[in-house]
Amino acid sequence: MITLNINKKTHRVDADPNTPLLWVLRDIIGLVGTKYGCGVAQCGACVVHLDGEAVRSCVTKISRAQGKKVVTIEGLSETNSHPLQKAWLDLDVSQCGYCQAGQIMSAAVLLRENKNPSEQDIDDAMAGNICRCGTYLRIREAIQLAAKDQKNG
Amino acid sequence: MEKNNTDYSRRAFLRASALAGGGLMIHFSSLASLVLPKNGEAVVSEQWSELNGYIKITPDNLIKLICPNPEFGQNVMTSLPMIVAEELDVDWKQVVVEMGPHDNVKLGSQFTGGSNSMRMYWRPLREAGATARQMLMQAAAQSWEVVLEDLTTKAGIIYHEKSGKKGSYGEFASKAAGIAVPKGVKFKAVKDFSVVRSSRKNVEGAKIISGKPLFGLDYTHPGMQIAMIQHPPAFGMKLKSFDASQALKMPGIKDVFSMKLYEDGFEQGGFDVRSFNELLVVVGKTTWEVMNARKKLVVEWMPAGDTKNTVGGRGGKREVVVPGELEDTDAQHTKMREYAAKPAQQLRKDGDPETAFKNAAQIIERTYTAPFLAHNCMEPMNFFAHVTAEKALLVGPLQAPGWTEPTLMKVLNLPADKIEIQMTRMGGGFGRRAYGHYLVEAALISRKVKAPVKLIYTREDDTTYGIYRPMYTATYRAALDADKKLIGFHLKGGGIPEHAVHANRFPAGAIDNYLAEGWQIASNITVGAFRAPGSNFAAAAEQSFLDELAEAMGKDPIDFRLELLKRAKDKPVGRNNDYNADRYAAVLQLVKEKSDWNGADHGKYSRGVAAYFCHSSYAAHVVDMVIRDGQPYVERVFSAVDCGIVINPDAAANMVQGAVVDGIGNSLYGGLTHKAGVVEESNFHKYRIIRMHEAPKKIEVTFVQNEIDPTGLGEPPFPPVFGAVASALYKATGKRFYQQPFLLTRPGLPSA
Repeated sequence: MITLNINKKTHRVDADPNTPLLWVLRDIIGLVGTKYGCGVAQCGACVVHLDGEAVRSCVTKISRAQGKKVVTIEGLSETNSHPLQKAWLDLDVSQCGYCQAGQIMSAAVLLRENKNPSEQDIDDAMAGNICRCGTYLRIREAIQLAAKDQKNG
Repeated sequence: MEKNNTDYSRRAFLRASALAGGGLMIHFSSLASLVLPKNGEAVVSEQWSELNGYIKITPDNLIKLICPNPEFGQNVMTSLPMIVAEELDVDWKQVVVEMGPHDNVKLGSQFTGGSNSMRMYWRPLREAGATARQMLMQAAAQSWEVVLEDLTTKAGIIYHEKSGKKGSYGEFASKAAGIAVPKGVKFKAVKDFSVVRSSRKNVEGAKIISGKPLFGLDYTHPGMQIAMIQHPPAFGMKLKSFDASQALKMPGIKDVFSMKLYEDGFEQGGFDVRSFNELLVVVGKTTWEVMNARKKLVVEWMPAGDTKNTVGGRGGKREVVVPGELEDTDAQHTKMREYAAKPAQQLRKDGDPETAFKNAAQIIERTYTAPFLAHNCMEPMNFFAHVTAEKALLVGPLQAPGWTEPTLMKVLNLPADKIEIQMTRMGGGFGRRAYGHYLVEAALISRKVKAPVKLIYTREDDTTYGIYRPMYTATYRAALDADKKLIGFHLKGGGIPEHAVHANRFPAGAIDNYLAEGWQIASNITVGAFRAPGSNFAAAAEQSFLDELAEAMGKDPIDFRLELLKRAKDKPVGRNNDYNADRYAAVLQLVKEKSDWNGADHGKYSRGVAAYFCHSSYAAHVVDMVIRDGQPYVERVFSAVDCGIVINPDAAANMVQGAVVDGIGNSLYGGLTHKAGVVEESNFHKYRIIRMHEAPKKIEVTFVQNEIDPTGLGEPPFPPVFGAVASALYKATGKRFYQQPFLLTRPGLPSA
């Protein structure tokens, strides 16, 4: 049994310690907001926060998550009140929407570390997240809008 | 409270309940709380009156609109119901939207693809809204004992000004549902639109950004097992034998078996395409366990040799030989060059092109190629199936339920009314999910293991066993006379396994002597629709060629196209020219103006322009490129589009921006290659997808404003991007690019 702290809740999970966090979240705990895209840390659809750092849950073994705080898109805010979620809705960023949870989770770490990210900072921080629909321009704009909102709010 | 007055609403409710674990259908209680919070308490109402397949209303005036077409990011779940809301005359804020089940009788053909959602549903949805409004007014007129003509509506309320009476749609919904459906109801005038043509946000936006279960891969069901298929490692191979003893010992594994998808002689329809027919299946408890067990299979594969498929559909039932060769990309190119030199099928001929070329003072000839492309939907193929001897429930991401249902009926030997298909939101589609073989696979696996099953393709499965964009080539020739006047045009296109020649498209109709020919090479690599099928290559090659031709003739590339279009309009050559020269020219003129094409302050940019007509809409782009850190980078794009009435302008702009990014990405980096039948780009570490830092800083989209019935938008803006990028690359580097992907050239390819 492995004990995991996910979105401030404790879960005791009966799974091989080598199991990627992604599949424990999706198949065992039932939190499916974190997406499977590639399984090899290339697309960013599965990004979650592990003690505040953005990690790719498809290659993060649950043994590594033990004793740490995991936050998924479901735990980012209770009422879609995170500045990024608000900005995503304001700018109607999503097309198919599949990658957007991972995009937001990556952007959330950027925004916490860098209150006023430049376009270059955003491009650098978000290069690991693929959006096949091509919503990159709106994602960039939404991150800047959220940064403003965060500063003013 | 009134009761449900149709069987359908009860049936729909049952279906909604069946999906409570995470399908697209939304629980009524959550709908109600979402829309009508009174004193902080959710109002729950299940008393739906169905006015037609698209509209349900509760006594407390909650309006539910049913989206007929599957959603894969083109935003139809918002834009299609907007059309109904417009004619029904309801406040958009009153509306909740639900994805409909597969029901061709009530909801039309339900096909997402070919940019046809708007084209196909514009009139039916206006009719649905306008007719339901009329029925509600008739019910009110009867109840109030007044004449219909004296009634007006606004935002879901019916008014009788003379008496001062008013009542909500909800009050009359039950009565209205029993009224005979009126015919010939008048539509609103376009100038009176208040919902359509104004930007409305994605109805599922909040669910997407909070991680709600929306997609097929998110769907779950009590007792559900996970299945994966081990496919042959290469096109041209098949299963010889397997030893599952190790795999079966792995934790969570229930079963390993092989089975056929289609029995011998099964008559495949056009959308029954599948990569492999013999399936080696692993079934177990969780995704990770099945993934690991699959690696423990000991499998022997053998060359499949030439095989026969029985194909039906257009052209009648026939046997098609699939060659068994293990294909290599380099050999494919060699073969294409051989075929290009042979006589081909004539597709269109105007005037006397042979003589024009014989008399030419100058002949310009260029050859273009493009690779196979994988769709790379972010959500890999998957489907849920629960099949018993009596019925089948299927839930997942699918573009065309109506095309797969007949196949399921045959394969499962069940009548249509025992097959229930629910469409979840799709994590991308791009044409890939029009091919429903993965549902059939899931259904057969469920039947075999006698359990509900979700079939999952890993990313590698999805990329290496796809239904790809074909591999293309085309040679364009132009004959110029001594005055550099264009006197002849020749297009000869080919492909593996099909060509992309659209013989009646521009510049056909604008040139006196014109010849179009096509040829194709059979292959075992499975292909199908990919965003703007055929057009995505045709536009790239043709628009690049026109750019080079304009240069050779000493003309501005936009002016040159406009001259040809003027000719096609004033004195069209031949018949069946399948474009409107005025609308085509208008997008070019618009993009010329918006990009300030002749402005002096563009010195820092290398500019490329292209335009194209396909799927009933017109699009033009000006691409502004710079060299950044030694690499070409598209910094800015101006787009002009004519798709008739734009239903939801901001979402439409989003889709055009996405098409531009997709076009830049695929033109520069996209491509799938083969080595002895094996796909070489198995995952995103090898298959390069455009990323954030490679996307432009700005894409300015302008729509032509007109009152023409809307046509599609998912595809038309995509093809011309390739041509515009190619021409910008030429300006930036001084070199013409003929082979896609432009920035990942392979050695040994033909050059012009």
